[in-house]
Amino acid sequence: MTDASAPPLALRLRNLSKTFSGVHALEHVDFEVRAGEVHCLAGENGCGKSTLIKVVTGVHAPDPGAEIEIFGARQSAITPTHARAMGIAVIWQDLALFPHMSVAENIAFDTMVGARPRLVRRRRDRKAAAAVLDRLGERLDLDAPLNTLPIAQRQIVAIARALMGEARLVFMDEPTASLTQSETDGLLAVVRTLSEQGVAVVFVSHRLAEVLDIAERVTVLRDGKLVGVFPTEGMTQARLGELMTGSLLSHEVMAHDRSGEPAVLEVEGLSLAGKVEDVSLTVRRGEVVGLTGLIGAGRTELAHAIIGMMRPDRGTVRLDGKAIAPKNIREAIHAGIAYVSEDRLSLGLIQPQSIEDNTVIAVLDKILDAVGLISPTRKRAMVSEWISELAVKIGHPSDPVSSLSGGNQQRVVLAKWLATEPRLLILDSPTVGVDVGARAGIFRTVRRLAEAGLAILMISDEVTEVVMNADRVLHMAGGRIVGEYDPRTTDVATMEERVYA
Amino acid sequence: MRRLVAGYPVEVRLLAVLVALCIGLSLTTDTFLTLGNITSLLNNNAVNLIWAVGLLVVLIAGGIDISFAVAASVVQYLSAQVFMVVEGNWIFGILVASAFGLCLGLINAALIHGFRVVSIVITIATFNAYFGLLMFFTKGRNIYDLPDWWTDRIYIFEHQAADGTWSELNLSVGIMLVCVVLTALLIRATTIGRQLYAMGDNPDGARRAGVNIWLMHCVAYGWLGVMAGIAGLCQVNIAQEVVPNALYGRELEVLAAVVLGGARLGGGRGTVLGCILGVLFIAITQNGLNLLGISPFAFQMIIGTAILIAISSSNLSFNFRPRRRAAEGRLP
Amino acid sequence: MTPMKRIGNAVGPETLPLAVFLVVVAVAFSLATPLFLTGRNLSSMAFQLPELGLLTLAMMVPILSGGLNLAVIYTANISGLALAWTLIAFGGPEAGVGAFVLGSVLALAVGAAAGLVMGLVVAYIGAHPILVSLAMMIFLRGLGEFLTHGGDISGFPPFMNVIGHGDLFGVPVPLIIFAVAALVWHIMLRRTRHGFAVFMIGSNIRASEYSGLPTKRTLTLIYTISGLICAVAGILMASRFNSVRVGHGEALLLVTVLACFLGGVDPFGGFGRVLPVVLALMILQMLSSGLNLIGANQHLSTAVWGLFLIGVMALRWFENEIRQRKWRR
Repeated sequence: MTDASAPPLALRLRNLSKTFSGVHALEHVDFEVRAGEVHCLAGENGCGKSTLIKVVTGVHAPDPGAEIEIFGARQSAITPTHARAMGIAVIWQDLALFPHMSVAENIAFDTMVGARPRLVRRRRDRKAAAAVLDRLGERLDLDAPLNTLPIAQRQIVAIARALMGEARLVFMDEPTASLTQSETDGLLAVVRTLSEQGVAVVFVSHRLAEVLDIAERVTVLRDGKLVGVFPTEGMTQARLGELMTGSLLSHEVMAHDRSGEPAVLEVEGLSLAGKVEDVSLTVRRGEVVGLTGLIGAGRTELAHAIIGMMRPDRGTVRLDGKAIAPKNIREAIHAGIAYVSEDRLSLGLIQPQSIEDNTVIAVLDKILDAVGLISPTRKRAMVSEWISELAVKIGHPSDPVSSLSGGNQQRVVLAKWLATEPRLLILDSPTVGVDVGARAGIFRTVRRLAEAGLAILMISDEVTEVVMNADRVLHMAGGRIVGEYDPRTTDVATMEERVYA
Repeated sequence: MRRLVAGYPVEVRLLAVLVALCIGLSLTTDTFLTLGNITSLLNNNAVNLIWAVGLLVVLIAGGIDISFAVAASVVQYLSAQVFMVVEGNWIFGILVASAFGLCLGLINAALIHGFRVVSIVITIATFNAYFGLLMFFTKGRNIYDLPDWWTDRIYIFEHQAADGTWSELNLSVGIMLVCVVLTALLIRATTIGRQLYAMGDNPDGARRAGVNIWLMHCVAYGWLGVMAGIAGLCQVNIAQEVVPNALYGRELEVLAAVVLGGARLGGGRGTVLGCILGVLFIAITQNGLNLLGISPFAFQMIIGTAILIAISSSNLSFNFRPRRRAAEGRLP
Repeated sequence: MTPMKRIGNAVGPETLPLAVFLVVVAVAFSLATPLFLTGRNLSSMAFQLPELGLLTLAMMVPILSGGLNLAVIYTANISGLALAWTLIAFGGPEAGVGAFVLGSVLALAVGAAAGLVMGLVVAYIGAHPILVSLAMMIFLRGLGEFLTHGGDISGFPPFMNVIGHGDLFGVPVPLIIFAVAALVWHIMLRRTRHGFAVFMIGSNIRASEYSGLPTKRTLTLIYTISGLICAVAGILMASRFNSVRVGHGEALLLVTVLACFLGGVDPFGGFGRVLPVVLALMILQMLSSGLNLIGANQHLSTAVWGLFLIGVMALRWFENEIRQRKWRR
């Protein structure tokens, strides 16, 4: 039932199904996007979001019986070229840009594609690229090589490239996953500009707050089935999370008072030229300390200074009362610190290698036999111990890590670090790129580890997250710790205001 | 200007070293900066430079080719067979050599693309196959019986100095210049060239943008094949005979020169200028050692050291960037 | 898991197909010529294989770590030169066992030093291994030519014949040396911390660094050990030919790479095993000896090696296609 006064539809899908070797990726899904609308596609990993995008852009053919209408025209079969010609563009999470080419060349690249050789018309391309950036209200150096730009600006380049191809319906796959709060705000502003210019945007994101902020309507998918289409007005994050996961998520503050426990990590007057200024902090036994602040506040640098990846200029770090000054990660591990870096996909795990090797990589010393060789028996025992401890769902330990789902990969990273039997665990942005259901699992694990006596320093730029899950919250800005909060007596809203201000 | 320096750091640094080298040699020897020396330098390096720009195209597209020098020998042998039957001239000769070279290049492209195998594996295989078959069929024998047009010296520039010594440029240098200009046009000024860079830079992104990967492989390896064939033709003109194993082993030196000139193993980066500088750097070093009266047995040793120092120093100043990036933790 | 798959897991998926190839090649040549399955031919193969085998081991570990060592041949040559000079200094044919031991130690030191320099440049400066080893190759070749002026150095004590041509309980000494080296390599790669790090670094060096593996030390060690085994090959070559010439074995350089790829070593690094590489070496040796016996010259076997690698790549691709098609259905 369509209202006669409603704006025309950019995309209308009816009864869309897609089966891969007997598995239903999508089952009888209906989906529509109005012209110029910002529409959010929500759901956990594996719910069918990417499959839907791939069907619309012609990468996959739908199962028979589906109806597809693009800008009012019935489509029987879509090819990628056809989709692009109709004005459909996808901005994938990896952006698919060319790092060594200039901004202008990246924006105008699609005009160069083709088998027939033509001369490159640099001046015309530059002008066109500048015009598109103008339309977005953005200023970038057209001649800068792309790899000199921060991710946020690369996003802009990707959007400009889509517009250059006269896109009228743009899919954005997790565009904010690696952006900071302020960068995200900038991107959302650009998305609004697009929508004002009549371009429909389908936004895929795990961050519920921004979904509710930017979209007019949200379509929720779960296990390949349509849960429903909802207006974002009046929708809450909690409700949306429940729709996506199909279960109730707890949203209560978990903080405990651990001030009576002995200190595990004591940092005093730590400074790192230009990054960290005179930071002192304590993390106690069984305590989860949240460290929040904007990117560039020096949170990650502080962690790097503690584990010895960067040499602090001044200050002392004590672990269990003993001063330490690790020179590299190896020494930090030895001292009893485990650091789970933010970029788990490319830095935390060695994707093509096996689950077992990834699990024991940091504890080779513990699985040696009498002559100092790696003992297969001990290795197997170590792996199965941690896999069952963290309930990782795997096929065979010799399968590559890349064969696991995102949530299970998370668990393997944790297993790898917990196997080092650390005294202190530093988690850098543990939920970046993780879907709502799996986030809850991560925090449950964090809480359980703390109960077992581990001291945990949790870095995150999502204030809600730290307030909900930490025992104490430190606010960092400009390389300094500017405030300390007790989650039980702090209001999330006021704190967000202070951090994001 | 600053952008030029920042955008092409390897080229600029190499140019500076080269200029310093030339000034040094001009001051310490009185033979370096003479027309005779410079023309012979160019004559001796025309073949290498033709190969170098051909290889550059493959490197930019993200591949590598080990087989081109041996392929040039195969082209020489096949062309010689053709010229025994058909009367020819240079134009015809270049067409024949290009055609044979193109075929050999396309074989590489077809195997690499068809079986989805990395280029180094396939080209090492074809390197062995081409060389083995060539030696098998020629039985390692040289061919001296070549048409006159092929072996006659043709000079495109001649000059007699006051003391009566001649300095001249071979036809090879002219052909080399044409090859260099054409390659520069291909990679800089055509959409095909931009797609080659894109494919080397981000293969997956290029594929998704609709770049015809198969065509790009054909262009890259085909171009190198053509260049290999033409260089083979020129080399016969200089050597006056076809020796089946004469070019064996030259591929690695050309590779070193091209990479020294800033082309990135892995694709997406590299310029014709850098290529020229890389070849000249090795040529002038060798020439300078010669003029300085250093034992020819020491040449290779010193050139090896020079390359090692060159790559070490160019990497030293680069290495700080990734480290800072690691600290930010955001950029891939 | 089926027993077949379990065996495949234990020895690596490349091993069984290569073993089948080995048998096919052996049977084919046995049928083609009665000379193939003779003790004489088998023993000549056993004497020839180790040289290429040791050099291939030297090439293998750098490839596993995502690099390449193009200097293997000249490292072997220069190491052989160190041995030769020591022997000459102690009287050439009259030199004693002590001189040989001293010379061998020097040779090993020279090989390790060449590798160490490459390793340091690769690890601490971050230069591309292809370029570093290429420069080292050019340097070592130049050094060798400078020192020998392109000539041979010969006249070694007769007892060195034992190493080059002798046998122990009927097994050729070179083969014993190679077998021991291959076993050591197997254990090093599968059971030691260094070997573990090699594979991890080959797949993702930064993630390895973040996981606390000593990446720089490992890279340095990889090339040093590669240089060391090159020196062993150099000593063996000196013993077999009773002379050292710089440039000897030059043609084997790319064959070592070919053998690694044939043995299923991933060209990008991270994956590969010793056993299939040894099988690949045996196949290459059989092809070469067999073709020689039926009257083809040695160059044809070079061509056949290349074509064989292409054929294996095609088969692997084909197998992969079929598997994926099955999946789709």
